[in-house]
Amino acid sequence: MKNIGCILYGIAFGIVLTKSEVISWFRIQNMFLFKEAHMYLIIGSAVAVGALSVQLIKRFQVKTLRGEEITYSGKPFNKGFVIGGLIFGLGWAITGACPGPIFAQIGAGEYPALFTLAGALTGAFVYHSVKTKLPH
Amino acid sequence: MDSIFGLWHWYIAGPLIGLFVPALLICLNKRLGISSSFEHICMLLLPEDKRSIFRFNKEENGWKIFFVAGIMLGAFFAAHFLSSTAPHFLPDKYYSAQGYVKLFIGGMLVGFGTRYANGCTSGHTIFGLSLLQSSSLKATLAFFAGGLIYTFFAYHF
Repeated sequence: MKNIGCILYGIAFGIVLTKSEVISWFRIQNMFLFKEAHMYLIIGSAVAVGALSVQLIKRFQVKTLRGEEITYSGKPFNKGFVIGGLIFGLGWAITGACPGPIFAQIGAGEYPALFTLAGALTGAFVYHSVKTKLPH
Repeated sequence: MDSIFGLWHWYIAGPLIGLFVPALLICLNKRLGISSSFEHICMLLLPEDKRSIFRFNKEENGWKIFFVAGIMLGAFFAAHFLSSTAPHFLPDKYYSAQGYVKLFIGGMLVGFGTRYANGCTSGHTIFGLSLLQSSSLKATLAFFAGGLIYTFFAYHF
């Protein structure tokens, strides 16, 4: 049952990503060239709504539907956030896709994105193969 | 109907994306993120003796493989049934052998970089910033720095 819920949330997320065109190489290009505000406004308003929601959840100590305590599990900083972040940024600009949009581009029928996904899986494998030798 | 079949404006799409943060927390007690699904898919594709390098936390991240399967279905639905014109998300130059190589290399940077940074635009930029975490802000600034550097050089040289 829970897995069906995850798929349904994914479907809704995929529809929004596709219809707002944040999965478009052209939109990503225009963002990094400061040619249009579309992407910045979407990211900005998404974070604003997300942050406000988290504040309300904390303020009113909202529980999950099953009555559990909500957990946040923060990510403690290490150098990889910056080095890996820069590397990801390069790939984002080349492919026009961050991880979610890779799957959305494939679903929307842009089949060359299958090469992006194959590359991403390879990249994740390479990272885990060499991570002990990298600065963190 | 144009408002559904045309482009969804930022003031609709942005807040909707933001609402996934509380919706996933409250309904499923899950923290929005995508890129660890790469590890999960790798593990399913690799023989068992190679899987241990991932140290994949299935309890925390196992749901994401269903989430990304949904993203694919949702995008298919949006492109075929919610669009008045055929969507065009990749430039024509990527429909070539050279383009495939470029996407594969770019994809490698995405996979390597997001795992090294322990998150992507959803896990750090949307979710991490919603928690007001400084570590996610640093990661987000790095994402944009990388994208700006590449685009600047690709465009001007």
